[in-house]
Amino acid sequence: MAKIPLHFILNGEERAEFVDSGATLLRLLRDKTGDLTAKSGCLQGTCGTCTVLVDGAPRLSCITLAEDCDGADVETVAGLAAHGQLHPLQHAVMEHFAAQCGFCTPGMLMAAKALFLTNPRPSREDVVEALSGNICRCTGYEPIIQAVLSAAQVMSASGPGAA
Amino acid sequence: MTRKRGRGVAAVNYPTGMNLGGDPTQALVHSTPTGNFMVTVSSVDLGQGMKQILRQICAETLGVPSERVVVDTADSDTGPHCMGTFASRGTHRAGNAVIAAAREARGVMLEVAAEMLEVSTDDLETDGAGNIHVVGAPAKAVSVTDTALAAHFQKGRSISGRGMFLVPRSYPSPVDGAMKPATCYAHACTVAEVEVDVETGEVDVISLKNVYEIGRALNPRMVEQQLVGGAWMGISHAIYETTEPYYPQRDHRGVDFNEYLMPGPGNLPRTEVVVLERPAPDGPYGGKGPGEMCANAPIPAIANAIFDAVGVRIDTMPFTPEKILRALRGLEA
Repeated sequence: MAKIPLHFILNGEERAEFVDSGATLLRLLRDKTGDLTAKSGCLQGTCGTCTVLVDGAPRLSCITLAEDCDGADVETVAGLAAHGQLHPLQHAVMEHFAAQCGFCTPGMLMAAKALFLTNPRPSREDVVEALSGNICRCTGYEPIIQAVLSAAQVMSASGPGAA
Repeated sequence: MTRKRGRGVAAVNYPTGMNLGGDPTQALVHSTPTGNFMVTVSSVDLGQGMKQILRQICAETLGVPSERVVVDTADSDTGPHCMGTFASRGTHRAGNAVIAAAREARGVMLEVAAEMLEVSTDDLETDGAGNIHVVGAPAKAVSVTDTALAAHFQKGRSISGRGMFLVPRSYPSPVDGAMKPATCYAHACTVAEVEVDVETGEVDVISLKNVYEIGRALNPRMVEQQLVGGAWMGISHAIYETTEPYYPQRDHRGVDFNEYLMPGPGNLPRTEVVVLERPAPDGPYGGKGPGEMCANAPIPAIANAIFDAVGVRIDTMPFTPEKILRALRGLEA
């Protein structure tokens, strides 16, 4: 089968890769680009740990076709820290002890980042809604909810465009 | 729609570790030439914080800052023996082994420092900041780094220690079967409040109030993190999770997260966690195993709350709508 050429942006950098028809965005990221931050969990769109941003919207990369991402702007956790500075979300996860085994964390962070892009001052209900597609086994969610709320406060205090 | 509210309480004693053929864990500690310390164990950190706890325990015993300690959770093929990370045994068993190893290493470190300072080891103490000095005379001091350099390059010594912790096998008494399955116990008590919908059989946990007695909290934030997550997992066990919903028939068992249900962030009750510290005499700096017992007390508390609400005893987990409706129908019959 012919390979499909893809040209896309990954965390601000131009990338070009060839993929098989039917390959998922998750496999493209993990196998072709070497970005292992999107985790391979349930592979059926129910656990959320593979969540990445495609053109600013949260997408389950395990059920998103790679070939649909031609020309897209893809963001993963690997792009969160800029110039060696952790993103406020990453700081908040540490401060609130919001990760234990860490397997859900990349998906949680990207779901939260997607929320901030459309709603920089979310309520607790907004945060719960935004994270509702992500399963966590260790934390009981509360520390994650608190971390996201706290990051939102920090970011709105440091002005628009901080996301 | 009729929703009935009920409240239930339950308490558990939870053994730290287990007792089959004896329960050992071993550890090795050694210094690098610059006076950093490596802890080698085969115990696994699976997110509960084992590396951080062993680092603290080693640093405390050696008398050096915890930044000077690196924990390598190695490999069971090549590392010191550990029975494993289960039965809430990690902190207790591996922690005690690390204390023993770090004590031996500290002994060598003080011997080398004593030779350098021309004093007796009995007169030396550590300041916890990376120095060794004569008791009452902080100016007569040598750094841990210089001590390690001297051990490696002048004295030909290894600042290292071997640590072993073993809870020996306990045999049942032939007279009455009594035995000692564990040497220390953590405790938990939960009060659960639930609402049961008598038309659908659905249970909502409204609130959980948990008190946990965990020995000494060696890292209070990490203890809280485990307890909050564990209390949630208790709810998950109580009303959601099962691999075998129609056991022993396996036809409809859940095979993925569509069918193996877990609560999401929108299903959280008001949860309170209170920690009581009663240091364990045989625990590392008093620590017990808080890992699993925090998930145990919520389950019977929720079962009792369901009984309080609608008068049915559900004795198999999870307490699904189907089981509750069947039991309610049984009450009517």
